[in-house]
Amino acid sequence: MTPLTLPAADNSGTFTPPGLESLHLPAILPWGADEGFNKQMLLVLLSVVFIAWFFIAASRKQQLVPGKLQFLGEQLYGFVRNGIGKDVIGGRDFMKFVPLLFALFFFILLNNIYGAIPFFQLPTMSHVGGAYFLAGLVYVIWIGVGLRRFGLRYLKLAVVPSGVPWYIMPIVVPIEIISNFIVRPMTHSLRLFATMLAGHLVVALAGSGIAFLVEQENVVLKGLSVFVLVFAVAMYMLEALIMVLQAYVFTLLTAIYIQGAVGADAH
Amino acid sequence: MHQLMVQAATESANPLAPNWWEVLVTAVGFAILLFIAVKYVVPAFEKTFAARAEAIEGGIAKAEKAQAEASAALEEYKQQLVDARTEANRIREEARAEGAQILAELKERAAAEAARLTEQAHVQIEAERQHALVSLRSEVGSMATTLAGRIVGEALDDDARASRVVDRFLADLEAQNAGAAK
Repeated sequence: MTPLTLPAADNSGTFTPPGLESLHLPAILPWGADEGFNKQMLLVLLSVVFIAWFFIAASRKQQLVPGKLQFLGEQLYGFVRNGIGKDVIGGRDFMKFVPLLFALFFFILLNNIYGAIPFFQLPTMSHVGGAYFLAGLVYVIWIGVGLRRFGLRYLKLAVVPSGVPWYIMPIVVPIEIISNFIVRPMTHSLRLFATMLAGHLVVALAGSGIAFLVEQENVVLKGLSVFVLVFAVAMYMLEALIMVLQAYVFTLLTAIYIQGAVGADAH
Repeated sequence: MHQLMVQAATESANPLAPNWWEVLVTAVGFAILLFIAVKYVVPAFEKTFAARAEAIEGGIAKAEKAQAEASAALEEYKQQLVDARTEANRIREEARAEGAQILAELKERAAAEAARLTEQAHVQIEAERQHALVSLRSEVGSMATTLAGRIVGEALDDDARASRVVDRFLADLEAQNAGAAK
């Protein structure tokens, strides 16, 4: 079968860094020529099970004075509800979007954190499909919210900023159209995808570098592996931070886009 | 194996091209999670938050109500106390006035009684004096007549004459008395 270990240490003495293929292990249940049920799919479905299990367990026995599990669940839920939903969207409207923000944050969070957990070891959002889907969903939702609230007038509200002199309009309006309706979903998805991909590659590179150096005859090169190990641990910590941060950023941007649609007439 | 390596190689050629099966699985997984969030998780937490807020606000409202009741009762008691004091003062004043009135009445009545007794005594004395005067007059008359008869030796038994003599004597006496009194 395909080598499951990193292909760094062949006996030729040259270092082959791990490439994008390290993200694509063979399918678990292949069907057809090049398709199959793969690790990314398994992890996505597992994440749904984990999140649902945790929050249903935390919210099952609801008490005025919460127990430990319920308290943890309330803190996590309250972080998204108040820290993102209420603070950004605010006022009367935010409760409608709390389930979406909640599901988005914890779905992305767990799928990112996979990359930092041994054995799982794959941030599923480093496969671009998941990021495309989530960003596309958010794109459809915020445009839908705007159209539902303001009708077709929303399209004007979204691209024509108020208080801009008429002679600048020919420049501003195309910029707004491009930035809001074309670039926004791309940056929204690619930011998540690219940080996960790059982080995973950096950690994988460090790992294979260590493996390569340890097997060298030369004592100096062998010793350098310790240096790379320290670096790898630091990168691993940074990656773990970025995984949490990107889940937050993605959800926060979702809330900001929705707020922009809800309050399109306010600016 | 060779095929799989080729697949990996072709996929890695463009990391921006999605595997549509992965998109589908992500969509389905996220839809399930969103459904669970809408249906179970968010309502459960919101219900608890609402119940907790209500419990706290309800407690505060209850405390405020008790406070208000207590101050109302205090106010009422104070009012009652003031009323009671006023009432007591009024009663005292009335009693004093009444006492004074009774005293005055009694005094008046006593004075009237005294006046009446005095009057009665006067009348009685006057009557007795008249009576004494009359009886004295008749006795003195008869005694004087008898005495004069004896002295004069003349029978003065003729009553008519005797009575005239006595009356004249007495009138002279009274005239003398009246003159002396003047």
